[in-house]
Amino acid sequence: MNKKSFWKKITDSRDASLVLVLIVLLAVIEILSPSFLSFNNVRQIFLNNALTLLMALGMLCVMLTGGIDISITSILAFAGMTVGLLQKYDVLHNTLLLFVIGAAIGLCCGMLNGIVIAKGKVAPIICTMGFMYIWRGMAYVISNNAWASGKDVSGFSDFGKDGAAGPYLILLAAYILFFIVMRWTRFGRRFYAVGSNKEAARISGINVARTIAAAYAVMGLLAGISGALSVSIYASAQPNMQYGKEMDVIAACVIGGISMNGGRGSVAGTFLGAMIIAIIAKALPLVGIDAITQNLVKGIIILAVVSLNVFTQRAINRQNLGRREI
Amino acid sequence: MTEDIILKLEGITKIFPGVRALDRVHFELRRGEVHALMGENGAGKSTFIKVITGVHAAEEGKMYLDGREVHFRGPGDARDAGIAAVYQHPTSYPELSVTENIFIGHQLSRGGIIQWDEMNKRAEELLAGLHAGFRVTEEMGALSVAQQQMVEIAKALSMNARIIILDEPTAALSRTESEELYHIVDQLRESGISVIFISHRMEDMYRLANRVTVFRDSRYIGTYEVDKIPESDLIKAMVGREITDMYPKPEVKPGKELLRLEKLSRTGYFEDVSLHVRAGEIVGLTGLVGAGRTEVMEAACGITRADSGRVYLEGRELTIRRPADAMKAGLILLPEDRQKQGLILSWGLGRNVTLPIRRELAKGGVFNDEKKEREIAKKHLEEVDTKAVSIFDPVSFLSGGNQQKVVVAKALAQKNMKVIVMDEPTKGVDVGAKAEIYMIMGELAGRGYGILMISSEMPETLGMCDRIYVMCKGRVTGCLSRGEVTQEEILSLAMEKSAGWKEERG
Repeated sequence: MNKKSFWKKITDSRDASLVLVLIVLLAVIEILSPSFLSFNNVRQIFLNNALTLLMALGMLCVMLTGGIDISITSILAFAGMTVGLLQKYDVLHNTLLLFVIGAAIGLCCGMLNGIVIAKGKVAPIICTMGFMYIWRGMAYVISNNAWASGKDVSGFSDFGKDGAAGPYLILLAAYILFFIVMRWTRFGRRFYAVGSNKEAARISGINVARTIAAAYAVMGLLAGISGALSVSIYASAQPNMQYGKEMDVIAACVIGGISMNGGRGSVAGTFLGAMIIAIIAKALPLVGIDAITQNLVKGIIILAVVSLNVFTQRAINRQNLGRREI
Repeated sequence: MTEDIILKLEGITKIFPGVRALDRVHFELRRGEVHALMGENGAGKSTFIKVITGVHAAEEGKMYLDGREVHFRGPGDARDAGIAAVYQHPTSYPELSVTENIFIGHQLSRGGIIQWDEMNKRAEELLAGLHAGFRVTEEMGALSVAQQQMVEIAKALSMNARIIILDEPTAALSRTESEELYHIVDQLRESGISVIFISHRMEDMYRLANRVTVFRDSRYIGTYEVDKIPESDLIKAMVGREITDMYPKPEVKPGKELLRLEKLSRTGYFEDVSLHVRAGEIVGLTGLVGAGRTEVMEAACGITRADSGRVYLEGRELTIRRPADAMKAGLILLPEDRQKQGLILSWGLGRNVTLPIRRELAKGGVFNDEKKEREIAKKHLEEVDTKAVSIFDPVSFLSGGNQQKVVVAKALAQKNMKVIVMDEPTKGVDVGAKAEIYMIMGELAGRGYGILMISSEMPETLGMCDRIYVMCKGRVTGCLSRGEVTQEEILSLAMEKSAGWKEERG
C-alpha cells in the first residue's frame, strides 16, 4: 500500500477534517482575542458545556440507530428537580446516592422511551416529543413551580462548583468508557449494525428492538446523571433548567459527523462536534459579536460545518467509487 | 443412503396473513451437493429459505438436520447449527468495514474486547481464499455488488457453515463475475459444503447443480437430477404450462432509420460510440457490466450529458439537456432499476402510467383531468396485458414482470414515442413473465417502433435482437447481425481487452 498524502488523509476521515475545523476556529479566535486558550478559559468551556458533552454520548447511541431524542433536557429537569427536592426537604444529602438516584430516574425515563419506540414502533421524534412535555411537566408538578436554592443544595454543589474536579472526572470517565464500548465491544457495535441495516441485523441474529431500546436507555441514563450534575454545577434546581438545550446536543452530534440516517458516527466526532459548539458559544462575545446576533452567527457556523461534512463525505464516496472503477 | 442426507424438510407450511406462502413443501439436501431451487417469482422459494434459516417459523412440518429433528427459534439457532444464507439483496452494512460485515454477530473477542487485528487477519485469509481483490478495511458500501457478494460468502465461511444458501446470487452479476461465482461454488462443494442455489438463470443450474427442486404456487412439484431432465420439461414444471416459443421474434422488415448516435463520448465512461436503430428493429446492446452500456443510453436520453457527439432522431439532430427533451422527441428510456427509477411504488398503476403526460392531459394546463388519465392508463395497461385487480392498486403489489409491463405502458402513453430503450428489461423476472415481456417487445417492433435493449443475458440477446452491438471498456467493439452471431463471438468482443483490465484491479 502506498503512503497517503496529508491531504488525502484529511479528506479520508471525517474526524480529521473536524480537527482541522477546530484548529482553524481556534487560530482565528486566538488572533482576534488573544489568551482565549488560557488554562482558565479552557477549564470554563468544559465546565459550561459539561452537560452537552455528556448527553452527546447518549445522543450518539440514539442517532446511530437512526433515531432522535428531544426529551433529554426534560428528563434532565425531572431528575435534577428530584435531586434538588430531596435535599430541600432534607431527605438525603449523600452526594453519591443523589447521583445514583438521578441516574436511576433518567434510566427509567429512557427505558420508557425505548420501549415505546422499539416495541410500539412509534416514530422517535413523536414519542420523545410526548415525553418531552411529560417529564418537563413532572418537574413543574413535583416542585410546585418552586426552586431548590443554593442554600438547599450547599453540600451537594461542592462536587460541581467552579474549581472542583467532579465534573471533569465524570466527563473523562464517560468519554473513555464510551470510546472503548463503541469501538471494542459487541454491545457498542450493535448500534452501528442496527442503524446501518435493520433487516440485515435481524437476520444476523441481533435483537433489533432491544438494541434500539438500549440506545434510549443509555441516553436517559446520561440525561439523569446530567440532571444531578446540573444541580451540582449551578447550585440550584428549577423546573425550567436547560430548557431548549437539547438542540445544542443534537447540533453537536450533527457537526460531529453522525449521520441522521444511522450507522455512521464516532465518539471522537461527537467530542469534536460538542467542542466546536462550545467554543463558538464562548468565543462569539469575546470577538465582539454582541448578544443579539449570536444565535444568527451560531446557526450560520453550524450550517457551514455541516456542509463541509457533507462535502467531505461525498469526497470519500467519490474516492471509493474511483477505486472501484479502475 | 439416509446418512447422505444432511438436511431434510417435511410438510412445511407457512402462512402469512391471507396467504399460504408454503403449502406442505418437501426438500432434501445431500452432503456436498449443489441443489438448485427453482420456480417462478412468488412460488415460495425465498420464504422457504427463511424457514430454513430460522427467520420465519413454519406453522407445520418437520425439519431434520443430520437425521435429528431441529427447531430453530431464530436466525441465531440456524447459524449455530451451521446454516448460512446469502440473500438476494446483499444484506450488508454499507457504512461498516468489510471485516465488520463478515464478523457482525459473531465478533472475535477476548474478555469482552473485540479483537480487530485478529478479525482483519482472518477476514483477509477468507477473502484471499475467494480470490477477492479488495482490502478488508474498505467500507462495504464502496464495493460493487459482486464484491459484496463475496463478502457475504466469506461471512458464511467465517461461521463454519456446512450448508450455504445462495438466493439469486447471479442476478446482479456480469458474465465474468458469474463465472467467478461458479468457481467459488465449485470450491465450496469440493470442501464438502452443501449448497442450496436459487436462480432464474437456466445456465446457473446446468453449470452448477446436481439436482433441482421445483416449487410452484407455494407447492412442491418435484426433485430431478439435472442431467436427466430436458429443459422444456423443467420449464413446464415451473410455469405449469408449456412455453412453445420463448423468443417470439417477429420478422419485421426494418424501415427507415429512427435513432442514430454519432461519436458520443463522455470522459471516464465511454468513447466514440456510434450506433443506429431502425423502425421495427430490435437492437441489442451488450457487454460486461461496467462496459458503459447504460451510461451511453443515459447520455443519449438526457439523464447525464455527453461531452461530445451527436444524437439524431429521424435524421434530425436533437439538443438534449434534460430527460424531458428526449421524451418530447420520442426517445424513451426504461431504466434498469424499475423500483427506484421507473416507478413510484406506492402509487397506483394508473397514476404511474400517466405521470409523464399529466400536464398535457390537464384541463387548461392546470387542473388534473383524472377521468381522462384513468381512461388512458387503462387502455395502455390492457395493451400490455398487466395482471392487476384495478388501476388503483399500488405498483408495489405487483410482481417484477408486471411492474415491467407498467413501465412499458407508461412509455406507450406518450403518443409520439418512436424509440424505446429498455435497460435489462427481464432482470429479476421469472420465466413466465420473461416470455410475456419478449412478446410485448415483438409486438412493439411489429408496430414500427425502434427498440434498443441493453442486456447481459446472452440467450435473450441472441433470441430477440436483429442486430447486436457489443461494448467493451466504453467502446463499441463490434456489431453483429442476427443469424451470424454465436455466444462465443459476443463474448470475445465483450472481453477483448478485459484480461489486462482484471490485472489492474488486483
